[in-house]
Amino acid sequence: MKKILSLLLALVMVFAVVLTFASCGESETSDDAELPTWYGWEGTKEVAKQGSVNTTASEVSLTGDVSAVKIGLIMIGDETEGYTKAHMDGIKTAAKNLGIADEQLVWKLVVPESDAVVTAGKQLIADGCTYIFSNSYGHQAYMQTLAEEYPNVHFVAATGDTAAGLGYKNFSNCFTGVYQCRYVSGVVAGLKLKELIDGGKLTDANKDGDNYKIGYVGAFNYAEVVSGYTAFYLGLKSIVPNVVMDVQYTSSWFDFDKEKAAAQLLIDRGCCIISQHADSAGAPTAVQEALTNGKTVYSVGYNVSMLDACPDGALTSATNNWFVYYQYALACAINGSDIATNWAAGYEKEAVTTTELGKACAAGTAEKVAEVVADIKSGKIKVFDTSKFTVGGKNVTWCYATDTNADWTNDANNVISDGQFLESYVQAAPAFALRIDGITELN
Amino acid sequence: MSKTKEVKAKEPLFHIVARDVMHPGASFGIRVAAFVVALLLSALFVWVTVKVDLITFLKTMFRGAFGMDKVFEAEGFENAWTALLSSYMWATLKAAAKLLIIAVALGPAFKMRFWNVGAEGQVIIGAMAAAFVMYHYSTMPGPLLLLVMLVVSILAGGIWGLIPAFFKTKLNTNETLFTLMMNYIAMKIADYFYNLWRGAKSALGMINQTSRAGWLRSLWSGKDAAWFRNEDLWFMIIVLVFTVLMFFYLKSTKQGYEIAVVGESHNTARYAGISVTKVMLRTMAISGAICGICGFLLVSSQSHTINSAMAGGFGFTAIIVAWLSKFNSFTMIGTSVLIVALQNGSMLMANTYSDRGFSPSAADVIVAIMLLMVIGCEFFIKYRVMFKHSAKEAKA
Repeated sequence: MKKILSLLLALVMVFAVVLTFASCGESETSDDAELPTWYGWEGTKEVAKQGSVNTTASEVSLTGDVSAVKIGLIMIGDETEGYTKAHMDGIKTAAKNLGIADEQLVWKLVVPESDAVVTAGKQLIADGCTYIFSNSYGHQAYMQTLAEEYPNVHFVAATGDTAAGLGYKNFSNCFTGVYQCRYVSGVVAGLKLKELIDGGKLTDANKDGDNYKIGYVGAFNYAEVVSGYTAFYLGLKSIVPNVVMDVQYTSSWFDFDKEKAAAQLLIDRGCCIISQHADSAGAPTAVQEALTNGKTVYSVGYNVSMLDACPDGALTSATNNWFVYYQYALACAINGSDIATNWAAGYEKEAVTTTELGKACAAGTAEKVAEVVADIKSGKIKVFDTSKFTVGGKNVTWCYATDTNADWTNDANNVISDGQFLESYVQAAPAFALRIDGITELN
Repeated sequence: MSKTKEVKAKEPLFHIVARDVMHPGASFGIRVAAFVVALLLSALFVWVTVKVDLITFLKTMFRGAFGMDKVFEAEGFENAWTALLSSYMWATLKAAAKLLIIAVALGPAFKMRFWNVGAEGQVIIGAMAAAFVMYHYSTMPGPLLLLVMLVVSILAGGIWGLIPAFFKTKLNTNETLFTLMMNYIAMKIADYFYNLWRGAKSALGMINQTSRAGWLRSLWSGKDAAWFRNEDLWFMIIVLVFTVLMFFYLKSTKQGYEIAVVGESHNTARYAGISVTKVMLRTMAISGAICGICGFLLVSSQSHTINSAMAGGFGFTAIIVAWLSKFNSFTMIGTSVLIVALQNGSMLMANTYSDRGFSPSAADVIVAIMLLMVIGCEFFIKYRVMFKHSAKEAKA
């Protein structure tokens, strides 16, 4: 018995040692480089060709038979969860608009990011669906295998990023230009912050040196989130230049308690505006509690209006209007035509917006929002204007947006051109992953 | 002077008496009755919430569980086979196989009265070990890679089962809490590697998606028949083999008998010269190792990736399966299919009627009603409730 035990113990230790070495190895390689290899402060690179991102396709005239189409819909959640509800609302409104009956929409709700996607997809195909949509990033890998197996069925992995590289006719990605409405929500927060400063409502606890402190609850540390909080920060900075932002990650897309705790941590650090890129009402709830307890802090939400959770402190929420995309994609389905491999649109197609302004908003906010939206549409305001932010104290002159060899570092497709970072340019999904000065990731 | 008053003990309205062994036919009848009552209650729930009638409800439940659309109409074996693979029936069988192998793994531990609630973690750690090898040694020749994956999965699962057993035998720790907590350690380890391998991407996706190294399907060539190349089918066959082996291991071997004796009484076991420590360690290693094999199968044949939710809660559901089946491996086949059928059937209800407000959470209510009734009826099989008058009759 002792022999077996000691043998097992030895095995455990060997396993542990192997694990340690494996993880050490990875961190060493990433620490080697002194200068970043995927962006720089000097010289320029040739600008990438605009990939397959289609920002114009939306008006499609119907030529096919509406009653013949059957659509399969694989959703990560259901209508009780904001992110999926936004998709479902968009799909249902578009279907109604186009004359697609309820029976022609076949739903698969609460499908996890696993081979459950394949099972659901096969059942949908057996049911006669010829166009199948999924709404979570993690569904993408499984949608891809289905696309390979069923060349006559069209698959769309919303928020995914591999379609451009694969080039299959029946496999697409889509995303909205959500960074634009994040910028606008930042402007709304900036006006509030300015009002607070002018009214003498803030104390030294709300400041770091000369800069006012704001906070952001992020889900994960990847481009989709980084792009969003940077746009929010730059929008806010356009109103109040002396501002710094702390970002606290929750490592989850939907976790009320974690989001609330993260917001509380940021409030305790003196942040007077809390925004979020996570799907629950945890952060606005924390803001409401702090307000009730006499603190000065306001909330900017995501997806849905947070006025229910935070009636006194919610300013607005950045949100997607998925209807615009589904209106286009379902029309393609009726016509039996291919769907654009990558689709992305922002204010120009009204695919993004901000929700109703809370009563806490500063005077004149609505007018300013209309003005900024018009300027974004006309190109007068560039969200990622390279003269408006620095990395390591310097202005960035080139930046790669694509990772071609799967080593987690971008190595192709420079997207800095004409004084701005071109977001959703070579792929629909957000690509801005620079960590700019003034923003600190706490964890 | 005092008058003595006749004190009459107040008789309770009813009391509960243990039954002698019930006639098998009668207990079967009670179970069927419980099932029917549960179905009717669920139908009532569905009617009240979304106004779906009984027949439509039963039809939808049946289709979601066992639907075989287009299988019988298909011409020729190949077409029928393809239709079967896309059917609800197949999805149920596939999930039931996953549930079954975990229940089978739990069987011997439970029979020994060792409350192993750590199957979820044992499956995840087995899957994690397989994924680790698959990720780092993808250049190894296919069959060898799969063999190494299998071996490390068995070791990892076995060790994960052994740790709580070791502390139980040495320090008499509580195995329920210990195994439960080991689940979360396993999940966090999986989370760690998921995030490490995910890097800057939004999700890990499948490991070796292009090379297919470490995928079970890399073993056969395009020349083999379609049914032979089906990974799900092999998964089911392997699970059935383990089910049969476990049945006879518990019923007909010396080790199986030792497990039964330790389960009855540690002292009896010691008196009979059985080492309780040895039996406990061995049984938990076996229990964990089979969970590890399940983890290996999930990674190599189904998900091809790792995450902390990959066991899908089946490690906990399997506890109910093992209990309801009284640790009998063959009974577990039916119980697994039944539970998965309920889940899948009620999920189709949610997918069909979500527009009317019947959400996936409402689907869980149906499963809960069923489980409550089925587990509840076991009480009436073991005990009988005696009311006042029936108690008198019994005396007379």
